[in-house]
Amino acid sequence: MSTAQAVRMANEAAGSDSDNFQVSANSDQYLTFILNGEEYGVDILRVQEIKGWDSATPIPNTPDYVRGVINLRGTIVPIIDLRARFGLERVPYGPTTVVIVLKVMHGNASRIMGIVVDAVSEVYNVSQQDLKPAPEFGGAVRVDFVKGLATVDKKMVIILAIDELLNSDAMAVANAE
Amino acid sequence: MTIDMSKFLDTFFEESAEGLDAMESGLLHMQDGAADDELVNTIFRAAHSIKGGSATFGLSEVAEFTHHMETLLDEVRAGKRAVASDLVDVLLESVDCLRAMLAASKSGSAGDPKRAKSLSARMAKILGVATGHVVVTASAQPVQAASGGWRIVFRPHAHLYRTGNDPVRMLRELAELGEYKVSCDTSRLPGFVNAQPEECALSWTVELRGEIPEKRVREVFDWVDGDCDLTLEPLPASSEKLAPDAPAVQAVVPVAKEKTNGDKTSTPAAPAAAETTSIRVGIDKVDALINMVGELVITQSMLGQVGKDFDMSRVEKLMHGLAQLERNTRELQESVMRIRMMPISFAFQRFPRMVRDLSQKLNKKIELRMSGEQTELDKTVMEKIGDPLVHLVRNSVDHGIEMPDVRRAAGKAETGIVTLNAFHQGGNIVIEIKDDGAGLPRGKIIAKARKQGLLGADEEPDDNKVFELIFMAGFSTADQVSDVSGRGVGMDVVRKNIKALGGTVDVKSESGKGSTFTIRLPLTLAILDGQLVSVGEQTYIVPLVSIVETLQMKKEAISAIAGRAELYRLRDEYIPVLRLYGLFGIEPRQKDLANGLLVVVEGEGKRVGLFVDDLQNQQQVVIKSLESNFKRVPGVSGATILGDGTVALILDVSGVIDASRQATAPSGLGKNQAQIRAA
Amino acid sequence: MPTILIVDDSASMRQMVAFTLKGAGYDVEEAVDGADGLRKAKGKPFNIVVTDVNMPNMDGIALIKELRALPTYKFTPLLLLTTESADDKKQAGKAAGATGWMVKPFNPEQLLATIKKVSG
Repeated sequence: MSTAQAVRMANEAAGSDSDNFQVSANSDQYLTFILNGEEYGVDILRVQEIKGWDSATPIPNTPDYVRGVINLRGTIVPIIDLRARFGLERVPYGPTTVVIVLKVMHGNASRIMGIVVDAVSEVYNVSQQDLKPAPEFGGAVRVDFVKGLATVDKKMVIILAIDELLNSDAMAVANAE
Repeated sequence: MTIDMSKFLDTFFEESAEGLDAMESGLLHMQDGAADDELVNTIFRAAHSIKGGSATFGLSEVAEFTHHMETLLDEVRAGKRAVASDLVDVLLESVDCLRAMLAASKSGSAGDPKRAKSLSARMAKILGVATGHVVVTASAQPVQAASGGWRIVFRPHAHLYRTGNDPVRMLRELAELGEYKVSCDTSRLPGFVNAQPEECALSWTVELRGEIPEKRVREVFDWVDGDCDLTLEPLPASSEKLAPDAPAVQAVVPVAKEKTNGDKTSTPAAPAAAETTSIRVGIDKVDALINMVGELVITQSMLGQVGKDFDMSRVEKLMHGLAQLERNTRELQESVMRIRMMPISFAFQRFPRMVRDLSQKLNKKIELRMSGEQTELDKTVMEKIGDPLVHLVRNSVDHGIEMPDVRRAAGKAETGIVTLNAFHQGGNIVIEIKDDGAGLPRGKIIAKARKQGLLGADEEPDDNKVFELIFMAGFSTADQVSDVSGRGVGMDVVRKNIKALGGTVDVKSESGKGSTFTIRLPLTLAILDGQLVSVGEQTYIVPLVSIVETLQMKKEAISAIAGRAELYRLRDEYIPVLRLYGLFGIEPRQKDLANGLLVVVEGEGKRVGLFVDDLQNQQQVVIKSLESNFKRVPGVSGATILGDGTVALILDVSGVIDASRQATAPSGLGKNQAQIRAA
Repeated sequence: MPTILIVDDSASMRQMVAFTLKGAGYDVEEAVDGADGLRKAKGKPFNIVVTDVNMPNMDGIALIKELRALPTYKFTPLLLLTTESADDKKQAGKAAGATGWMVKPFNPEQLLATIKKVSG
């Protein structure tokens, strides 16, 4: 699926969210993407847009998974490299590399952040009962960053808890004075 | 034609509020003995405008009340009345009362007529007149016994045209009053050769029949009194009554004041449904916007030309036009944001009055000094910083400054000084509230904290920790709960409100010498004059206000202490050199200091030199928050978007200086170098 | 329709006058004080000038004096907005060359009647 298609699907899904909620109250849509051969999903209602990778301005004193900040129509948006965040092997960015721009909640406030992933994949409907809790699978991803596992077309999709993931460590909002 | 006057009321309330502020600050200056003519005139003019506006827009009580103020001020202006403190007091109270009256009118509530009445009486007493309806009440015009009409001889003086008056208009006006017969006397006309077309040489005799009061006729000639000879003779009564429409005409001429005033008061101002917010913008900012829109239009038409019959030979023109368009757009964006910026004087202006009133109440002697009032900040931020500021100033007056006898005993001047200062620093606005009072009561704070269990019994905290305690919820050390402060709504609320704006508040205090509260607020919408510098591939922005000078380093002036800390000798001073690339962990184009560029900056009284690869241009940049989507980054106060759309970081000079002192130059800010390179 | 310049430092008064006159079909421009008024009047010949008396940066009396001395405004109706309590201002205005005056407070009807009177 092309980026453009994914964006369109994402936008359609986001634009008609109220309908979806009424029709299938216990089914959510997820945008999935590929990272190191695995398929991950994020709540599509949190996806603001998908854009190709472009350069970012590095921020001093941040870990390397913080790639820097970009200008998203006048807003300064930090970009997180998800491979680096999960401690996976770094690969050069290619033509399918994209930035998924997400709305991240912390308490009542929200931030806009982008994640760099290998490629976008699909949009799936996953009902809540099909979402299985993540086992302690000792993988790259900490259990608290995983909302659950879903099986779609016999493939496993790791549904990410983006609020936990993108509020952790160096990305945490400073609350100490 | 009926026009709903209430549509102008919002503007009137807004300008009245400004007028009242001007009056208040003027009166406070006047009290300080600085009653120069211009000051008095400004105060008078404000009262005068409010009176005129309120009368026009049907707020007759306001108009009547303001009339007394105006009269008093007029006497001061004319030098007929000395500026005594009781006069200033009553005028200041009147300003408050007027504020309340206008607020009541605005909300459609009744207000407090007693207060206005008692103040009116006080002013009348000073004026030595009886209270009463002085201005706005229209006196009933005594209608002269009607006669059969008038014979009017109207002989304009030669210069009449040069007053802008035209006899023909007056004759026409007379014609509207009744049955009218006119004859023109041309005998004064000079011969054609001598004709003076600018001079009036005609005269007229008019016979006007009908029951017309003499006053009505004279009113027609009101404006030319002294510019003409006018004689009026009553005509014998005639049986014909020929002026059926006269009353209708009267309704539209100034005599009809009474009626129209009555109308206006019977329809009070409609209550403002919602608080309307508006910004008053300096004309220069609007002009700048208009200029930019003009440029945008030019660019657009240029691009339109290029687009017509486009072929590849025009690509360069197209690129040029698009670049121009981008620049126009960006400038326009910046200017629009500038509109939101207002000088902090809007927040400061209430304090002279407040400090005056509070010090009277507390029997203290306090002088308020303000500086940096022109420092601009975003309107929204300004509105929200008002309450915390009030609290801190009250606090300084109430707890900070001592009673005069205590000060004298401590060998200080009886008059305490509270200083308000504002300035921009590294993309922040910093507001300082400083007093030369007793300082925070360290012992008392510790005792209280122990009692509240905030502090262990053996703990001996340092000053910073002690002073932090005053920002804890419910913490107040006031001996007595006074009316002024110390009611438990305390510093915790101040800090919470400032934090909500993304700012910080700190306190420094020295026993016997006073305390300084420092508020720092990020200016998410602020504009900053910046110097763009390059380090490696990156561009950073150094706030122009922080830059002392920029120079090319001479080899012989560079020295190093213990092979690490590098210094540059600049005249008589040794400036620590900070390798920006090292601090920020990026690969520079040049590592050799010799012949390198040094940007000497100053922050919080300290100077350092920033070693950079290159200087680019200076420009105004729109400060964007890094914190809204990320978090605070040490050494960086924010970011901006450059002309090419990329993001550049704005240096926080004080932060950089602090960081450089913590880390040993030239290594980084404690960041792992390998990690940076990997990124 | 005649063009009218209204000079007043009070925005609400300007709004009211301008709104009323525009509603009656006049072309209206506004100036915020005497100096602004003089500049605007020099830039374009107005058929009628209406000015407040008490203003910062040149008051209405001085403005009228300046205007009347200009060839363009030699015969132009120049009206003062004054208050009842300022009778001396009427005389000062007249001496400066004012055509006439309007007494504040006035309402839109009175304003239109007065303008009509001088716009002939």
